[in-house]
Amino acid sequence: MSQSDPTIAEEGPAVTADATTGRSLWQDAWIRLRRNRAAVASAVVLLVFVVAGVFGPMVAPHPYDAIYTQYVRVPASLEAYPRADTIEPAFERALKRARVDVGKVTVDGSSVSAPISKDEKIDPRIVRYLDRSDIFHDATITDLNDAVTQGVMTAAVTRELFPFGTDANGRDLLSRILIGVRVSLAIGVLASFMSLVLGVGYGAVSGYLGGRVDDVMMRIIDILYSLPFIFFVILLVVFFGRNFVLIFIAIGCTEWLDMARIVRGQTLTLKRQEFVQAAEALGVGDMGVLKRHIIPNTLGPVMVFVTLLVPKAILLESLLSFLGLGVQEPMTSLGVLISEGAANMRSATWLLLFPAAALTIMLFALNFLGDGLRDALDPKDR
Amino acid sequence: MFSYVIRRFGSALPTLFIVITLSFFMIRLAPGGPFDLQRPLDPLIMQHLKHAYHFDEPLWKQYLLYLNNLAHFDLGPSFTRRDFSVLDLFRTGLPVSIELGGFALLIALVVGSILGAFAALKQNSWNDYGVVALATLGITIPTFVIAPLLSLVFGVMLDWLPAGGWGGGDFSHVILPVVTLALPQIGIIARLTRGATIEALRSNHVRTARAYGLPSFVVVGVHAMRAAILPVVSYLGPTAAALLTGSVVVETIFGVPGIGRYFVQGALGRDYTLVMGTVIVVAVFVIVFNLIVDILYALLDPRVRFD
Amino acid sequence: MSENAKPILAVRGLDVRFETNDGPVQAVNGIDLDIMPGETVAVVGESGSGKSQTMMAIMGLLASNGRATGSAKYRDQELIGLGEKRLNRVRGAKMTMIFQEPMTSLDPLYRIGRQIAEPLVHHAGMGRSAARKRCIELLRLVGLPEPERRIDSFPHELSGGQRQRVMIAMALANDPDILIADEPTTALDVTIQAQILELLADLQKRLGMAIVFITHDLGVVRRFAERVYVMKLGDVVEEGRTAAIFDDPTHDYTRMLIKAEPSGSKPPVEESSPVLLEGKDVVVGFRQENAGWFSGSSEFRAVDGISLRLRRKQTIGVVGESGSGKSTLGRALLRLVHGRGTVRYGDRDISSLDKRGMRPLRKELQIVFQDPFGSLSPRMTVGQVITEGLLVHEPDLSRRERDKRAIDGLKDVGLDPAMRNRYPHEFSGGQRQRIAIARAVILKPKVMVLDEPTSALDRSVQKQIVELLRRLQEEHDLSYVFISHDLAVVRAMSDYILVMKDGKVVEEGVAERIFDHPEKEYTQALVQAAMDTDPITVSAAR
Repeated sequence: MSQSDPTIAEEGPAVTADATTGRSLWQDAWIRLRRNRAAVASAVVLLVFVVAGVFGPMVAPHPYDAIYTQYVRVPASLEAYPRADTIEPAFERALKRARVDVGKVTVDGSSVSAPISKDEKIDPRIVRYLDRSDIFHDATITDLNDAVTQGVMTAAVTRELFPFGTDANGRDLLSRILIGVRVSLAIGVLASFMSLVLGVGYGAVSGYLGGRVDDVMMRIIDILYSLPFIFFVILLVVFFGRNFVLIFIAIGCTEWLDMARIVRGQTLTLKRQEFVQAAEALGVGDMGVLKRHIIPNTLGPVMVFVTLLVPKAILLESLLSFLGLGVQEPMTSLGVLISEGAANMRSATWLLLFPAAALTIMLFALNFLGDGLRDALDPKDR
Repeated sequence: MFSYVIRRFGSALPTLFIVITLSFFMIRLAPGGPFDLQRPLDPLIMQHLKHAYHFDEPLWKQYLLYLNNLAHFDLGPSFTRRDFSVLDLFRTGLPVSIELGGFALLIALVVGSILGAFAALKQNSWNDYGVVALATLGITIPTFVIAPLLSLVFGVMLDWLPAGGWGGGDFSHVILPVVTLALPQIGIIARLTRGATIEALRSNHVRTARAYGLPSFVVVGVHAMRAAILPVVSYLGPTAAALLTGSVVVETIFGVPGIGRYFVQGALGRDYTLVMGTVIVVAVFVIVFNLIVDILYALLDPRVRFD
Repeated sequence: MSENAKPILAVRGLDVRFETNDGPVQAVNGIDLDIMPGETVAVVGESGSGKSQTMMAIMGLLASNGRATGSAKYRDQELIGLGEKRLNRVRGAKMTMIFQEPMTSLDPLYRIGRQIAEPLVHHAGMGRSAARKRCIELLRLVGLPEPERRIDSFPHELSGGQRQRVMIAMALANDPDILIADEPTTALDVTIQAQILELLADLQKRLGMAIVFITHDLGVVRRFAERVYVMKLGDVVEEGRTAAIFDDPTHDYTRMLIKAEPSGSKPPVEESSPVLLEGKDVVVGFRQENAGWFSGSSEFRAVDGISLRLRRKQTIGVVGESGSGKSTLGRALLRLVHGRGTVRYGDRDISSLDKRGMRPLRKELQIVFQDPFGSLSPRMTVGQVITEGLLVHEPDLSRRERDKRAIDGLKDVGLDPAMRNRYPHEFSGGQRQRIAIARAVILKPKVMVLDEPTSALDRSVQKQIVELLRRLQEEHDLSYVFISHDLAVVRAMSDYILVMKDGKVVEEGVAERIFDHPEKEYTQALVQAAMDTDPITVSAAR
């Protein structure tokens, strides 16, 4: 072997293509992930959910906490409310409350009018009876006779669209689902991040130090495992009251146990790897080994675990909300909505179906993406 | 093996003790108390009540008292259900939870492992993808969604089964809760079995069995499946404990009188004894089932020794 | 074997390809093979030659993404494309196979008796008790001690060699016509290897089946086979009688393979050469938890009182079988594991230095590991890998200077420096081992511990690595502790030999003396097992 011919063909062409640029394991995984159609589809669905959660509430036609007393529990429909056949009675009812006699009501596009009469003078302020309702606005009285006892009441009809219907309080379900998606995603991501930090820190220290320290730290984990999750969360809620921050802390605090175990196991395996021993033989210190060898190599499994942790956290948040331990009214989350839907399902199925579908699709996409990521990062499975 | 069981129980006791201690002080240090939640009581009555339940004594004394009672298998009276002792509540509720959880576990185990093995044998076919998608769906749909949906479809729309209630535990009332409990477990077990079977089918000893011309029912049934069942067995420990001690969601939605509800109700109502009782029951179930699973595992895998 | 006998296995135009994520991979390119009744044929080649996949295809054992086309006939039965049911009448009965991995080829969950009995029950229709009797006979035949007792053992209760005997018993159960042995001794220690080979030769003499030997080891081929097929990248490049192939190879590749046997030797260094590294009564013990509650723990001594002196430019070969403690000794000398006794480097006693105290010395005391796949961090580029030591020992270097050192380092080990931005998984085993050597050499060390640096590599690559190490020793005045179980490589590299067994030195001395006149029985057995080239085949007389 001579130095003039440095590229020696050894056992077959392991090095192919352009020799100067390498393809890291991350790039390999990325290519595999892009080939996985289920994972790509899931990623697109998730992107839609994220956009809906972040921007949806801003562009939604109704505020999530606005109450439309006229439209309590209206079914989902792509047609705007009020319906033609309800305008007349509503108009009549409103005017009856104003104690005027109503003639024939005519509906013309988005305005409605009817002759009104009264034994005494008509008070012009009665337009308030109409304006106050959700259905009408800009009510005016025209064509008053000189005695101010007869005239024509005209009002514009407020068209409201409730594609997913409204809840038992008359709030737009679509807007509430959008805000619910936002809350669920935020809690899922924040809780996962929290358990990531806790779990990676605890697990890496435990695994890297090993020995007695490791024994004690793992024993603590075992004990925490045998405390039921709900017990812990309820106590937190009891101590500190119910709020958004607390919930993701509570979930993060319970979900980090698995993460710690995974990271510890990884660290223990890596510590025995020859490349870590080689680094030690080079005189690389503990920090260098952790930074250049242990952490980059645990990142793959940790990433997969986090992807699967997000749906778990979302599920837990929903469960808490379902049990009435989650976010408080008028703020809402998918779990709260499902709980309300379950309570009203006999009379208003849409209240259950839409939030349930939203949650399920989101969790399904997250799980499939996690699976895809695992297959991409650990290709031996396929 | 007997001495192994004894030793395992010996090492579980400290854990149980720590769990009891932690839970006791955590719940007792929480603000509020069992008598605060109704209309304010007459101070004198309150004093009597507190005295009757030893609440006027220092916390450490109450703790020792509780441990003493516990040693005599006395879990104390329930504060929210005044006429019952905690033990009474478990005596009526636990069989219900065990019945539901047991059925669910059985169904999940049978259906899940068959589905998983089937998918593994047809790996990367449409059958496989179908099973994986179904299993993932089973895992992703939360029980608190499945439960009302099942109740809505089979109870309200089709009117085949009671939408809720217990009805003394007759068969028709059991079906929907059991199915609700079983569905996610079917999903998990199917995925677990599938993965383990695929790995087993790829192992060298299965290759040996094939190389020796053994019929495929022997290759799969004898050599692959026994290896594939091992991870499922390990999974069963905590799962069985969780299923048999009841589910708050299922019991709330279907109105089942099990013990799963006690935890949330007890904690919210500061029913100290009920919460403690539930913690202990759950912990004991976890310990016992982990032990059973370890023994089962050692029986299935000769490489594992009892020491 | 008469000239006009019909082959018992005739392969024509066998093609094997695998569908992978990166497109189809052709493993075997339409090869022809003939196996005559009762003969011993070796199929020899390096990794990637397709020799194993050929046999897997014939036995219908290809992985699910593999496809075989062409023809392979057992007597008159076409095997390629044959349905599972009909194939099962041949495999396990008339054609059997033993594998490279004795540790995993048996089902860990069943007793060996049951596993040997399965082919008997399913092919010969034997009852359980008859099968058990036959099992004991077979175990006795393959020389497993105490067969009546061992028949109820689980695989994990047997050693590697014993498991391979069990596999052979299973293969013989139905009196096969052909026994395919896929690298059956590669995972075993040399002395065990020799025993297994002798067993196979003896069994063939007694039972008269044909044996197809798949191997990379020309020593095995020379001693064992009557005929040879040489495979390279999916093609048969040469075939013929063993003696003819070895005496007069016609194909370049065959010639290269034969020449690839490591050769040469190293003359001893002069007595006046200064001692660089000295170990005195080195002991490394590991604590073992004993079974039972009160029995406490005891110490297992992996290295039990070993002394050695390494002089400048000397190479001490440490040989021994698995578990002899040779790797632990190497690590103890570099203070990578804690031991007792004294280790001196130059005139310093380094045995009590802590991690920080050792750090400046690490530059001069380097190590290369066995596994070229495990010893390089998979997420760092080659450039980062080989310059990591510079970060510690020459922290003032600029990025540009480090890059320049990386270029020089790669050139030094014969790799194209343009590859420094690639990742380890993109390289072959031999290239990776070069990278690992570059990582050590870049620090300009004085002493290098080489822990089985060639054991995971093909022979032809081994030879290149051996030559590289020799050249580096010359150019950089290096001293080596060369740890290996492979006596051929050790002989080519070392001038002084330490033979280890169970943590102790069995024999030591100048290389030539150890190899030519071993004194101790154990050394003799080792040397004989590794160096013998006499045929052990006793061909079935026809």
